[in-house]
Amino acid sequence: MQWNSVGEFFAMGGYAVYVWGSFAVCLVAMVLEPLLVCRRQRRILASLRRERLAEALETGSDEIQENR
Amino acid sequence: MSSRLINWFRYASPQSFYPLAGRMIPWFWGLTAIFLIAGLWIGFFVAPTDAQQGEGYRIIFVHVPASWMSMFIYLVMAFWAGLGLALNTRLSAMMAQALAPTGALMAFLSLWTGALWGKPMWGTYWVWDARLTSELILFFLYIGFIALQAAIDDPRRADKAGAILALVGVVNIPIIYFSVQWWNTLHQGASVSITKGSSMAETMLWGMLLMALAFWMYSIAVALMRVRAIILERERHSEWVKHAVE
Repeated sequence: MQWNSVGEFFAMGGYAVYVWGSFAVCLVAMVLEPLLVCRRQRRILASLRRERLAEALETGSDEIQENR
Repeated sequence: MSSRLINWFRYASPQSFYPLAGRMIPWFWGLTAIFLIAGLWIGFFVAPTDAQQGEGYRIIFVHVPASWMSMFIYLVMAFWAGLGLALNTRLSAMMAQALAPTGALMAFLSLWTGALWGKPMWGTYWVWDARLTSELILFFLYIGFIALQAAIDDPRRADKAGAILALVGVVNIPIIYFSVQWWNTLHQGASVSITKGSSMAETMLWGMLLMALAFWMYSIAVALMRVRAIILERERHSEWVKHAVE
């Protein structure tokens, strides 16, 4: 290993801004993207459940009407 | 017909692919984590300091994987789009749609890390040279594909228009890949070549390959997650989706 201290590791031989700027943006992007996709999945599932509930309520009220 | 033979066409329907994708996702996330940890360890703690670029060269461990994936995802996306166009299969078009945002992200990361590498080594974040410009065009092709599909209301027509754009754009991939040979560019030539092998130190190469595998597995995992959402969105009026959410 070529690092003698933690400080030396973070300094990256004077290239800290460039090296960490690259790795940090990759990390942020690759954490955000799956989170956004998860949110998209949750939204469509919630919308489908609402639709199903609405349909159930509609058919339910029809039955009540018919029973009168 | 042998009963051992798996009927692959069965998985061409969104209905049977949806649960299959759900089962595959955790495995690809696991592989991503393994390759990422191994790649970062080698990249930061095993690979030696570069003789010319000092520690600045370590950007290679994200720059090359992102660039490779940006080109590879485009080819896979165009393949699925073309298959959808030829066979009129629903799932193929959905796969192409699911890959586009991840491809665009990889192209962006390639440009971003390239700019941060160019500044200390070349003295500039950006030059209009063949490699950089063609990669920028690739980024715009992804954005164009996404925007075109979003602009057309009828999904089947959107698929067709997107597929034609994706297929025409394939011409850009060899241009990116061979740009460093065809033109005088500031960008260095390929460090790894199929015919000539590698010009890098072995540990650097291993770090880069492991990171490339990590990016690859990540792309598969996130594209499978997105295709599941797209399947539900586009098949929402079918009976199986209505029963799936119960």
